[in-house]
Amino acid sequence: MKPKPPDAGTTIDRPVAADARRRAAFIPRAIKPEHIRDYGIVVVVVVVFAYFSFASPVFLTGQNLLNILFQNATIAIPACALTLVIIAGNFDLSIGAIFTFSGVLCAWSAVHWGVWWSFPVAILAGALMGLINGITITKLKVNAFLATLASGLAFTGLALAVSGGSQIIPTSPVFAFIGQQSILGVPYPVILTVVVAVVLQLILSYTVFGGRLYSVGGNPDAARISGLRVDGLVIATFVITGAACGLAGMIDASMTNQGSATNILGQNLPLAAIAAVAIGGTSIFGGVGSVWRTIVGVCLLGIITNGFNLLGVPSFWQDIVRGLLILVAVAISVSIGRLAKSSDGSTA
Amino acid sequence: MSTREPLVRLSRIGKQYGGTSALDDVSVDIFAGSIHALVGANGAGKSTLGKVIGGVVRRDQGEMSVDGRPVRYSGPVEARADGIATIAQELALVPARTVLENVFLGVEPHRFGIVDRRRMRKEYRELVDRWGIGVDPEKRVGGLRTADQQKVEILRAVKSDARIIVLDEPTSSLTHVETEALHKMARALRDQGKAIIYVSHFLDEVLDLCDTITVMRNGHLVRTGPASAETEESLVAGMFGAAVQAEEFGKADRSAAPVMLQVAGLRRERVLDDVSLSVRSGEIVGLAGLVGSGRSELARAISGADRIDSGTITVDGEVRDIRSPADGIKAGIAFLTEDRKTEGLFMELSLAANTTIVDLKAVSPKGLLDHGSERARARELLELLSVDPPAPRAQVKGLSGGNQQKVLFARWLFSHPKVLILDEPTRGVDVGARAAIHRLIHRLADEGAAVLLISSEIEEVLGLAHRVLVMRRGAITQEFPADPPLDDVMAAVFGLPGGNQ
Repeated sequence: MKPKPPDAGTTIDRPVAADARRRAAFIPRAIKPEHIRDYGIVVVVVVVFAYFSFASPVFLTGQNLLNILFQNATIAIPACALTLVIIAGNFDLSIGAIFTFSGVLCAWSAVHWGVWWSFPVAILAGALMGLINGITITKLKVNAFLATLASGLAFTGLALAVSGGSQIIPTSPVFAFIGQQSILGVPYPVILTVVVAVVLQLILSYTVFGGRLYSVGGNPDAARISGLRVDGLVIATFVITGAACGLAGMIDASMTNQGSATNILGQNLPLAAIAAVAIGGTSIFGGVGSVWRTIVGVCLLGIITNGFNLLGVPSFWQDIVRGLLILVAVAISVSIGRLAKSSDGSTA
Repeated sequence: MSTREPLVRLSRIGKQYGGTSALDDVSVDIFAGSIHALVGANGAGKSTLGKVIGGVVRRDQGEMSVDGRPVRYSGPVEARADGIATIAQELALVPARTVLENVFLGVEPHRFGIVDRRRMRKEYRELVDRWGIGVDPEKRVGGLRTADQQKVEILRAVKSDARIIVLDEPTSSLTHVETEALHKMARALRDQGKAIIYVSHFLDEVLDLCDTITVMRNGHLVRTGPASAETEESLVAGMFGAAVQAEEFGKADRSAAPVMLQVAGLRRERVLDDVSLSVRSGEIVGLAGLVGSGRSELARAISGADRIDSGTITVDGEVRDIRSPADGIKAGIAFLTEDRKTEGLFMELSLAANTTIVDLKAVSPKGLLDHGSERARARELLELLSVDPPAPRAQVKGLSGGNQQKVLFARWLFSHPKVLILDEPTRGVDVGARAAIHRLIHRLADEGAAVLLISSEIEEVLGLAHRVLVMRRGAITQEFPADPPLDDVMAAVFGLPGGNQ
């Protein structure tokens, strides 16, 4: 009457030594679907990088590579923080508005309160806006998409109100310091990006807080039953993201030596950051991902823009390639995720 | 046992859903160091009682106390804090995380906020050694089999020092070997002083494993007693009481009618095991079996709702390759789902739209939807089925359960099926509508449809069917001719040896 054959794999008292042995032989014997999902993006970056190195004499120079990092610092910092929000199963479309508003407030406070106020004010303002997002989403239970779409609109309006519609240009040389100076040839924005990325990655990998974000995104009910304060964790991810946008807005204001409510970068930031997170392989549905992936995603997009510019490829081609890239990356992660459902991929 | 204080005392517990009573005046004591079974037919309230204990469902009446202290849980989180863990059919794990991370979720050992993985592994090994339950700690939970996922849940429960573990139908998706392993675990937990509440309808398991058995029927307590005083026969008698007489229908001889539906060698991994059956035109074949026996899964496989691994489906003499419900409909198979709210009806749409959805072309001359003719056709069918009110423009969500079910029937009448597969056609339907649906099924068969009828209510199956097939663990285990004795069918459903062939 029992149709199922006795399952040899079912073991009670499975010796732990066997597990250790199995883990010791961690070198994969064959490339499995989940390897493509987990590390395919790294291969793509290497290939693209190699291609541009051959195709353009300028590409593979220290100055150019630093330039790529420098130009993408203000995308990378918000994108790294956004990774936390997405892993915990949410979304933030207001990052561009927070970025813009923080930049404006940074310049405004430098002019009105003195330049030393400008930096903490920008970061705190960003964090506060993140807090507002987090509270709206968890306590008022507004869908994250709509909540941040709406708050982004409001924050942009606020930026316009503060700036009065024109550029605010601080005169202090201190203001331009962070955005325009370097140490040992490495610009400060690049250093800040590396610090933010490393700190956030360490938080995700090694802290209780970081580990719990994966659980909240992976199965909110299980997280709640396990006694996690899901709302608090979600709010924290939004606050971190807001602060990161504040930092990025401040760097941008310092780079350009102005605060403007009609910042093009701010308008493009949400999509650029989300694209970078998705291309890296972080699941848009939450529960899976990491910050280093997002950095890889930012680098890929940055390398493509830079390489195409060096080769003189028209910008519409760049947009087409980037669009296809996002599509392919997400399609691969979804379909391979299905294929690899039953096997055990290595932790990213 | 009577000299000790009970760990959990339930007195006069009641619970209502809408107008129906899921639990009524149920009192049970549960002791530490024992495995306590809750048994009953589907809808007897055994799962609900388990959920009340685990804080998943809030009781409406009565008192519950743990260690003599009255408690009232507003959710499973509070029950967990009191040491009550529920391991339900829908497991509460994070699939993308590892076993280790799941076991320690919420209680991660740490120093200044940084997870102490070394200590986590050490504590995990201690847990494994102590309880004799082993799963590779580095595997992701989503890739594990159900049995291993249950182990992870149990490890998590004992890790958080749960004293009472509610296992809700834990073996319904396990193999025989896995079931044995689970039982071994449950005994180990009992021997270390835990109270295990074991909700199940597998009577052989319950008798073999449990110390105390509570029998329930229709939300009422029948009795609680030591397992040694019960037999499978006594449990079945307690669960079903005196057999209810069902409405009698004339059952014309269909043995000469052409075979309309022929299923051969149907397999689906872990669910269906080499199922073959045939239904003749005009014949009603009943499928009896417990939840999880594979009866709904069989219906879903034939209709294209679920994929099959192998096997052939022949409709009206023609072999059909059915890979989706659309293929099934094209082949002339109508499938009335057991879950009309999520898989059946479009609650926000009108009765007319719900009726014509499977064949809009029939009311779309020249490719454009003709709302007038749609409503006219729908009204015709709704009146035929005595849907109240037969108003094509009304929203489905405003109707009673019985009327909603009739709308689903109207949909399938509209498409003139050759094969009608009915999964729990009268669930949640009142007595009057139920009789009407029975007459309708009978009439459809008379008009030549082949009917495959699934119902948890054995009396319904016996009352309508020309033949009865019994399913157990994914296979058809026995076949009965029309009007078999209830006791024999019950014996076959529960897999008792007593049933005569």
